[in-house]
Amino acid sequence: MDAITTYLSESPVLLALIKSVLLAVVLLIYVAYVILADRKIWAAVQLRRGPNVVGPWGLLQSFADFIKFALKEPVIPDTANKGIFLFAPFIAATLSIATWAVVPVADGWVVGDINVGVLYIFAISSLGVYGIIMGGWASNSKYPFLSALRSAAQMVSYEVSIGFVIITVLLCAGSLNLSDIVRAQDTQYGMLGWYWLRLLPMFVIFFVSALAETNRPPFDLVEAESELVAGFMIEYSATPYVLFMLAEYVAITTMCALLTILFFGGWLPPVNMAPFTYVPGVIWFVLKASFFFFFFAMVKAFVPRYRYDQLMRLGWKVFLPISLAMVIIVAAVLQFGPTLAAN
Amino acid sequence: MPAVFFYIFATIMIASACVVILARNPVHSVLFLILAFCNGAGLFLLSGAEFLALILIVVYVGAVAVLFLFVVMMLDVDFAELKQGFAKYLPMGVGVGLVVLGELGMVALGWRTSPLAASAAASPIPDNMSNTAALGQILYTKYAVFFEASAMVLLTAMIGAIVLTLHHRPNVKRQSIEEQNSRNAKNVVEIKKVPFRTGV
Repeated sequence: MDAITTYLSESPVLLALIKSVLLAVVLLIYVAYVILADRKIWAAVQLRRGPNVVGPWGLLQSFADFIKFALKEPVIPDTANKGIFLFAPFIAATLSIATWAVVPVADGWVVGDINVGVLYIFAISSLGVYGIIMGGWASNSKYPFLSALRSAAQMVSYEVSIGFVIITVLLCAGSLNLSDIVRAQDTQYGMLGWYWLRLLPMFVIFFVSALAETNRPPFDLVEAESELVAGFMIEYSATPYVLFMLAEYVAITTMCALLTILFFGGWLPPVNMAPFTYVPGVIWFVLKASFFFFFFAMVKAFVPRYRYDQLMRLGWKVFLPISLAMVIIVAAVLQFGPTLAAN
Repeated sequence: MPAVFFYIFATIMIASACVVILARNPVHSVLFLILAFCNGAGLFLLSGAEFLALILIVVYVGAVAVLFLFVVMMLDVDFAELKQGFAKYLPMGVGVGLVVLGELGMVALGWRTSPLAASAAASPIPDNMSNTAALGQILYTKYAVFFEASAMVLLTAMIGAIVLTLHHRPNVKRQSIEEQNSRNAKNVVEIKKVPFRTGV
């Protein structure tokens, strides 16, 4: 055992590899159950049972679906640009999983504890749009293309407000490192000291922008099955389709994790007292992320879809000015607040 | 190890930059441009400039290249037509290319390192300060004027683009959100008692 630990500590590349594989496996299993939870919650709101046949309470449904997709034949349209058509889902899935490399699930439990963690997540999630654009264009068909254009405009628009929200959190925490942002929220007030209360409007804007950024209902104009049939992935089947769907759900879990870290104190217990502090940080993290996912699923279940012009208006004319103003206000309070309070 | 990565990134970057101008399909060109940007970010990372690397990805790959891709996909480029003017524009293009090459050569030959550079390189940023903080410190203090001036230039460009493309045509029905939201049944729906066999 000692020999193994010393060997691992001497070869950081191997250690990082083991950590990454472990993280990816746990993440994919979590995503399988997130997909099931999504369907179950949606079904419960509509007074249905949801998937309940495969395994006890339908617990193995996602795995059954995966095997079904993996065994099917991938159909590639004749006029599609084959290289890009097959490359797009890989890009989408790889990028969305790569985001998790810097997410600290507990104190010190992170694959890459880099100084610019927030920026890394922001950069990688801004690349997510390429999977959709490339898939939509390479399909060589009108519906996917229209959907890809819509999605690109939507994701670029909401990234702007997400960027400003992240800036306000950075100003408060004074660091771009995700672990440091969580540590900055560790106050004596427990959950009241987390940033969701101090930056309440930003928290709401971030949640709504996260819905738009991951193309979730009510902003799922990428799919918009009433007019675009099935959106940018109409032409996809079997494994390439699964990769797109995986990318979408991993991106959603990333956004839940980001909400947890930026506004809900990451791995910190809600109250700094005995029974709560015994629970390991990773459990708090997963509970909080799942809590946010529950809201993602509930919003999907009972909010009607936005019209495209309403979506653009919300992004550019409502969220952008509010978040921009908040950046200035937060910066001013941090700069001048202490001196004013002292006088 | 870093040297190996440097050569990998540099080779892919130069190769993809060549493909950008050689590819026949403009969409492929843009995709290879993105690959070149990503490898550029990798080179920044190798030299320890992680903030610059990620900003390069956010700004160029995440925003600028998306817009390029947008435009290129929407264009219906006819390559036969593009090739027709090749001979006509060749002398002009070669002339411009030679001038730029000459200027670059002059810059490269006349390059002198500032005498202060050696002392600046000898005193790297302190250990307790991150790359990002150091960059911010110098941008917002020593170069604050230049930084804000470039921000103003960008703002002007943005407003200019909006002014140039915004046309207020008459006789176009416009959507007023306030008006739509302030509508309610009371001031929109009118209930009339219609007498039988006489109408309104």
